[in-house]
Amino acid sequence: MNTIIDDLVNKPHSGESHYTSKDFKPDVDVRWCAGCGAISVLSPAQRLMPELGIPKEKIVFISGIGCSGRFPYYMDTYGFHGIHGRALPIASGLKIARPDLSVWVVTGDGDNMSIGGNHFIHACRRNVDMNVLMFNNEVYSLTKGQYSPTSHRGQITKSSPLGALDDPFNPVALALGASATFVARGHDKDRQQLQNLLLQAHQHKGFSFVEIYTNCRIFNDGAFDLYTNAETREDHSVWLEHGKPMVFGKQKNKGIKLDGFRPTVIELTEGGHSINDVLIHDEKDSTLAFILANMTYAETLPRPMGVIQNHTDRSSYEDRVVEQIQHEVEEKGIGNLENLLLGSSHWEI
Amino acid sequence: MEKIIEHLNEVTVRFAGDSGDGMQLIGTQFSDTAGFAGNEVNTFPDYPSEIRAPEGTLYGVSAFQVHFGSKHITTSGDFVDVLVAMNAASLKVNLAQVREGGIVIVNTEGFDDRNLKLAGYARNPLEDVGLAKYHVFAVDMSKELKKAFIEVELPSKLIQKTRNIFALGITYWLFNRPLDPTVSWINKKFKGKEDVILANVHALQGGWNFAEKNPDFRKQYVIDKSKLPPGKYRSITGNQAVALGLVVAATKAHLPLFLGSYPITPATDILHAISGYKQYGVKHLQAEDEIAAITSAIGAAFGGSLAVTTTSGPGLSLKTEAIGLAIMTELPLIIVDVQRAGPSTGLPTKTEQSDLMQAMYGRHGEAPIPVLAAASSADCFNMTLEAARIALKYMTPVMLLTDGYIGQASEPWRIPDVDKLPDIAPNFAADPSTFKPYVRNPETLGRLWAIPGMQGMEHRIGGLEKEDGSGVVSHDPINHQKMVELRQKKVDGIANDIPDLDVMGEAKGDLLLLSWGSTYGAANNAYENLRSQGQKVSFAHLRYLNPFPKNLGDVLHRFDRVVIPELNLGQLKNLIQAKYLKRVIGINKVQGKPFKAIELEEKISVLLTMTNIKKWPSKKSNLDIPVDL
Repeated sequence: MNTIIDDLVNKPHSGESHYTSKDFKPDVDVRWCAGCGAISVLSPAQRLMPELGIPKEKIVFISGIGCSGRFPYYMDTYGFHGIHGRALPIASGLKIARPDLSVWVVTGDGDNMSIGGNHFIHACRRNVDMNVLMFNNEVYSLTKGQYSPTSHRGQITKSSPLGALDDPFNPVALALGASATFVARGHDKDRQQLQNLLLQAHQHKGFSFVEIYTNCRIFNDGAFDLYTNAETREDHSVWLEHGKPMVFGKQKNKGIKLDGFRPTVIELTEGGHSINDVLIHDEKDSTLAFILANMTYAETLPRPMGVIQNHTDRSSYEDRVVEQIQHEVEEKGIGNLENLLLGSSHWEI
Repeated sequence: MEKIIEHLNEVTVRFAGDSGDGMQLIGTQFSDTAGFAGNEVNTFPDYPSEIRAPEGTLYGVSAFQVHFGSKHITTSGDFVDVLVAMNAASLKVNLAQVREGGIVIVNTEGFDDRNLKLAGYARNPLEDVGLAKYHVFAVDMSKELKKAFIEVELPSKLIQKTRNIFALGITYWLFNRPLDPTVSWINKKFKGKEDVILANVHALQGGWNFAEKNPDFRKQYVIDKSKLPPGKYRSITGNQAVALGLVVAATKAHLPLFLGSYPITPATDILHAISGYKQYGVKHLQAEDEIAAITSAIGAAFGGSLAVTTTSGPGLSLKTEAIGLAIMTELPLIIVDVQRAGPSTGLPTKTEQSDLMQAMYGRHGEAPIPVLAAASSADCFNMTLEAARIALKYMTPVMLLTDGYIGQASEPWRIPDVDKLPDIAPNFAADPSTFKPYVRNPETLGRLWAIPGMQGMEHRIGGLEKEDGSGVVSHDPINHQKMVELRQKKVDGIANDIPDLDVMGEAKGDLLLLSWGSTYGAANNAYENLRSQGQKVSFAHLRYLNPFPKNLGDVLHRFDRVVIPELNLGQLKNLIQAKYLKRVIGINKVQGKPFKAIELEEKISVLLTMTNIKKWPSKKSNLDIPVDL
């Protein structure tokens, strides 16, 4: 069962493998619009890569179509720019065939939630070990401004001049509903936090989904300001940290409390609620994850950011493939081609 | 009583019954045994798209036809010599195919009032004079089974389940076949279930004994061994042959095999087979849809696998955009289309050759792709190896066309010695200092394959147009024209690397019969029959449809008339007329069934008598002469 590619790809990395972020910047111009949120994801990604300790020939970025689709061209690793909506099955095939690779998918809200929606839910349940960065700008930008599956009802776009009639997907809830094992949300205005999220996604063995709010300056500027701008985000979002109370607000004076299954906001005041009343985040708790995900569009609640769920209860798909092969080989021995061709019955002439 | 022995060159037996009666099973056993006995064999499973349609109905009838003989057998038989009908509906559906004087073995218990009503018989056909032109054996199999099991203690429910095996036993007597191959198959199949083994073996022997002792059965037929080249043989369907071909191709190329597939009739058997080959290191993904099936294969190809996707017409439609991606990224990929009758859901279990145009042109943009077509079940193995060779050598997706007929029909296959098959050499890049993703091998024009993990060759490819050589995204108009032409030239150049078209019969003359794909069997048979009648007909068969063999144009123009039989309305005909400016006469059938040799024979015979239009179609001839027959 040894193949020629084992020899080709398992050669020890020769020479220096201590990289800097520069080593991941290919010699091409970045052609995204000035101020595009995607640029703010590119640099944390380029800064993260040297920290992974993986030879860069073992890293692959795969994308679909949309502004996000150009991402692989801006990473000096192996890269594949697929067709609309299909980054996930391309990446799945690659990772199943080549479990030795670090596989990253860069997609968008249109690419991943609309045309690629079917692949998304199946990738979540299948749990192939890969990291999916979904740039959510709540609009179709590369086709110049139509409403997307994450646009809100009433959103005015070129294809909804009187307001969109659709209700949006809640991407993290969709991912959880489809059994994704790692689900997180970040945004383009805090590169350090984002870099940290990407690292955790990488460290998680299995399917990792990171929704990233990325501002589109041209077609949907400011869509996420409330949750991402330094002045407002403290009061309108809660950054989830495993094992820590869900405290938020500029003064860190508000918290999330569970009333039955219903999250509510409590004020932390002397004589009133204390830090002990605040819900503690447990990223292994899938019931809690659903509750948190469903806070997303609730107007009276802060928007949950950070790692919503992170567990490894299920093995990753490509490992199961390898285990099945190993099991068969142990049971029956390495396949003998001659016997295979002979089949269950043959005769001689 | 003396038995009479008659020697025959060829025989066609058809087993027919309810979908749940196990006709496919005994048909397969019968054909395997014929192969085992040294005959050439060709089969045709003919079953409804319902899994178990209501019992006794006309639309629930499932049949399996076996054509075998001592002569060269390439079709599943034009007419049925022996029909086994397990109930009234199966008699009604299949009787018309039985030749006059043929044998009809019926299970009379399937002719009660209820069955007759369901089959739409006003009167019992077994009492009808209409059956007088056949030799009918009416057997109450339930009753005879009971008798056969008189000394064997088994639950009667189990005994009654072996009616099909009992019927098989009768046919084995009729052709004096050995029971051993089926007995050993029963032992393997029902290993550990001793009572089931006993019931089936006893029923098989019971069927044989019944015929042996029954005064109505007096004549046995003997079909001598065929003159097959020596070797090890097995029975194989086209779908099995594709699956084996893929494993062998991957071995010969020293590559891992990856199959991305989605279940679709009649291609699913390939997925079934491959999914059981884990001990050979094969990986497969049953994807969420046809698009994920092919794109996962493209991902695996990017990672250095021999990547494959298998489907049928509707699935191929869904894959078209992704095929364009594989063309653009110039990655090796095998796409197997087991064609079925379309459009849309069409006749899912029935055969057709109507995806040829889609295979050739069914993509946006200028998107050339090599197209191969297997001629028979066993040929699926060879053409799968060819598809792999071309895909890896030229760095291109390759379309392999088979169809529901050869995909599911079986024939004897001479098992090759794998060590003697040629190696397939993938086109891997070697030198990082000069590597660029779209630098080509000057001879094949195939680009070099660098896969993730190869240090210093990190690169990005994708669906956007790339600059020649460097592979940098390019919207430059001149570069685009150059790249479009390069991709075309690469595929066209494969013509230098495939065999010339062989012509059987005269190399030039009046009439050339030209077939492709599964019509090989009927066309070849028709050709042989016409030649034996002294007719001047030549015959050629196309396995390579894009590019065509280099000499095809010459061959066509050496004949006054070219006739192409196709299970479509003239797709190859149109391709050939457009490319070679040669008028072609089509024989077209779209009934979900393969051609019968006799259908081609008759039409060509008529053409041969039309000497006044010998040079037809010429400028003088009128177009009101039917273009197609």
